[in-house]
Amino acid sequence: MKHAFSVRIGPVGFRIGSDWRAPIAALETLYRDYPQPHDGIPDFTVRLFARRPWRRFIRPSVEIGGDYMLPEAAPLPLRQGLLAAEMAMNLQMALGARRYLLLHASAVERDGRALLMTGISGAGKSTLATLLAAKGWRFMGDEFALLDPATGLIHAFPRLISLKNDAIAAAEAAWPDARMGPLLPATPKGDIRHMVPDARAIALMDMPATPALLLFPRYGFEAETRPVPPAEAFVRMTQASTNYVALGEAGFRALTGLIADVPSVAVDYPDGASAIDQVEALWSAL
Amino acid sequence: MPEPIFRAAPDGSLLIAPLDAFTAAYHRASGITHLLAEPAPQILAVLGEGASSLDALLARLGRDYDLDDGTREALAARLDELVDAGLVERA
Amino acid sequence: MVGAVNDARLLARALADPGSVVGLDAAGWTALLAMARAEQLIGTLALRVDGLPMPDAAKAILADARAAAEHGRRAALWEAEMARRALAAIGCQPVLLKGTAFVAAGLSAGQGRSIGDLDILVPRAAIDAVEAALLAAGWEWVKPDPYDDAYYRRWMHELPPLIHRERDRMIDVHHTILPLTTRVTPDAGALIDDSVALESGLRTLSPNGMLVHAAAHLFADGDLAGGLRNLWDIRCLIDEFGTDGLDAEAQRHGLSREMTRSLRLVDTLFGDRKASGTDRLYIRRITARDGWGRPIRPVTRLAFYVRSHWLRMPPAMLARHLWTKWRKS
Repeated sequence: MKHAFSVRIGPVGFRIGSDWRAPIAALETLYRDYPQPHDGIPDFTVRLFARRPWRRFIRPSVEIGGDYMLPEAAPLPLRQGLLAAEMAMNLQMALGARRYLLLHASAVERDGRALLMTGISGAGKSTLATLLAAKGWRFMGDEFALLDPATGLIHAFPRLISLKNDAIAAAEAAWPDARMGPLLPATPKGDIRHMVPDARAIALMDMPATPALLLFPRYGFEAETRPVPPAEAFVRMTQASTNYVALGEAGFRALTGLIADVPSVAVDYPDGASAIDQVEALWSAL
Repeated sequence: MPEPIFRAAPDGSLLIAPLDAFTAAYHRASGITHLLAEPAPQILAVLGEGASSLDALLARLGRDYDLDDGTREALAARLDELVDAGLVERA
Repeated sequence: MVGAVNDARLLARALADPGSVVGLDAAGWTALLAMARAEQLIGTLALRVDGLPMPDAAKAILADARAAAEHGRRAALWEAEMARRALAAIGCQPVLLKGTAFVAAGLSAGQGRSIGDLDILVPRAAIDAVEAALLAAGWEWVKPDPYDDAYYRRWMHELPPLIHRERDRMIDVHHTILPLTTRVTPDAGALIDDSVALESGLRTLSPNGMLVHAAAHLFADGDLAGGLRNLWDIRCLIDEFGTDGLDAEAQRHGLSREMTRSLRLVDTLFGDRKASGTDRLYIRRITARDGWGRPIRPVTRLAFYVRSHWLRMPPAMLARHLWTKWRKS
């Protein structure tokens, strides 16, 4: 394709091709400290393209394609090209990943042990991960945690952090020196701004961690923690994994192993500061 | 009409992971995960030893568990669910 | 020589001559893997090149593809088994078609093959009973649209697609192998009569029946999308069964031209035959895929798309069909 960029995020290599320069330029800037795919061979290909040649110039609209596609993926305006690239990369992971059980969860690490936070969008898993990372935890990812069925270890996937609406200001306050992408107002998901994970997160991204605690956070409630019964945790995690079914027996063993080895706790929290206290209390009680 | 015989997949075709009141079961032949509540795991375990009619199954389960009135109908209903799920075949 | 090819001939060569991948550089591997994914042949490629020296990154991607194909095989065989159980009640043994048939019979064409819906062939006289039995066993209609439904029932060679409400898998129930609107009318009864029983209580077409069906599917029932995979199926079937009696079988179903063209295209794509005449156009269409996995040669593609509709439906009916589609979208 006319413009191209390659990058490796954790263990996963991507190649992004584009009919326009702008999205590639943004990726080059934001991912400048990331390595290249292993052996120069990416795991996934992403394509950002114009459906008709003239749509490269007139009301340019970015179609999302790649190795794995959803027919209903709607095009985005060119000024949201970076978002299109990130969504397309997520889509490859969600539909194509087979080496790891993909947990829709954020992850941070301390002393070689990983804390996983899962939940529906808006539960605050992404914000909590950035806040904990600002307090000294190593950031492993805000969207996907990769569970290796062969070892039971969690691999980091520290892609750009996709901040939405109110979370933008919260993250900027926690990380005043962070490098930020352009503010993308009024996207289908609201205002979005991408933040580059801190240098330590990138430098240590090839270092996996042993899962130690699985949290189900919920924002906007009185502070409360309670254990989640194993069967409920198992079912919720099968629903929070896009490739649980595709992994077959390996996925079953990996997930039942995780649920058996790691406590599952629901955490209701009213604000970020309380959440951090609650998490630290749970962590020190392990 | 002869009594239907119920048959489960042979031993080893199910991976079992007890969770709490529920048991997760991975069915190798289909790649489907089932979440089973009692007495489904027990029924599958007994049928895994050999095909059986409803009455024989009832007698066999009665040796290990306390069974009370209405159990025959309940057992038939559980078997129907397992047949729908593909874990038991009606022969 | 390696790396000079910029269309899916790169993939065809890797399948036919796996040793050709040795020495591919990173760009060559990247292009090959993207093409193989786009043509749904990555599982097949993974098994063909297994064990050859290659970069670790390529090895890992192909190992994933093998695992995915194995999972797909399991799921496909289970759907077939579920259909068998559902139809046993009415004494109907379904004949498996395409990918599911290849894996159920353990054929080389099934190795690593991606498999989508379950396709079965049943006698036309049994179609109502089959429909009722499947509905009773948990399958449901996909499309509630009455126009599409009427269209399928009247003109297509299958029931409208059904999906299982629990397993979320589709089944296509055919009563012949081509739409009733095409001028070619294969003898579906003969295909069923000659079908072969498997130990599992399921059936497949005879080897020559499979070959004729693959050829019919390639030329008359599609716009050549998936053509490379289809021709690979044909090549594997010929390798395994030879071509004894194939002429006569193709003739019986009115598919001689399609069958002989398939064999020529197989020899061109996977052998060293030189294409001539319209075969060149077919090869251009079938290999229209670049190293980014993108479809290329839009004019050639469109030509085959229009042709495909033309073959399936007489022109007046085509106009009516397209009109109904446009008005609704």
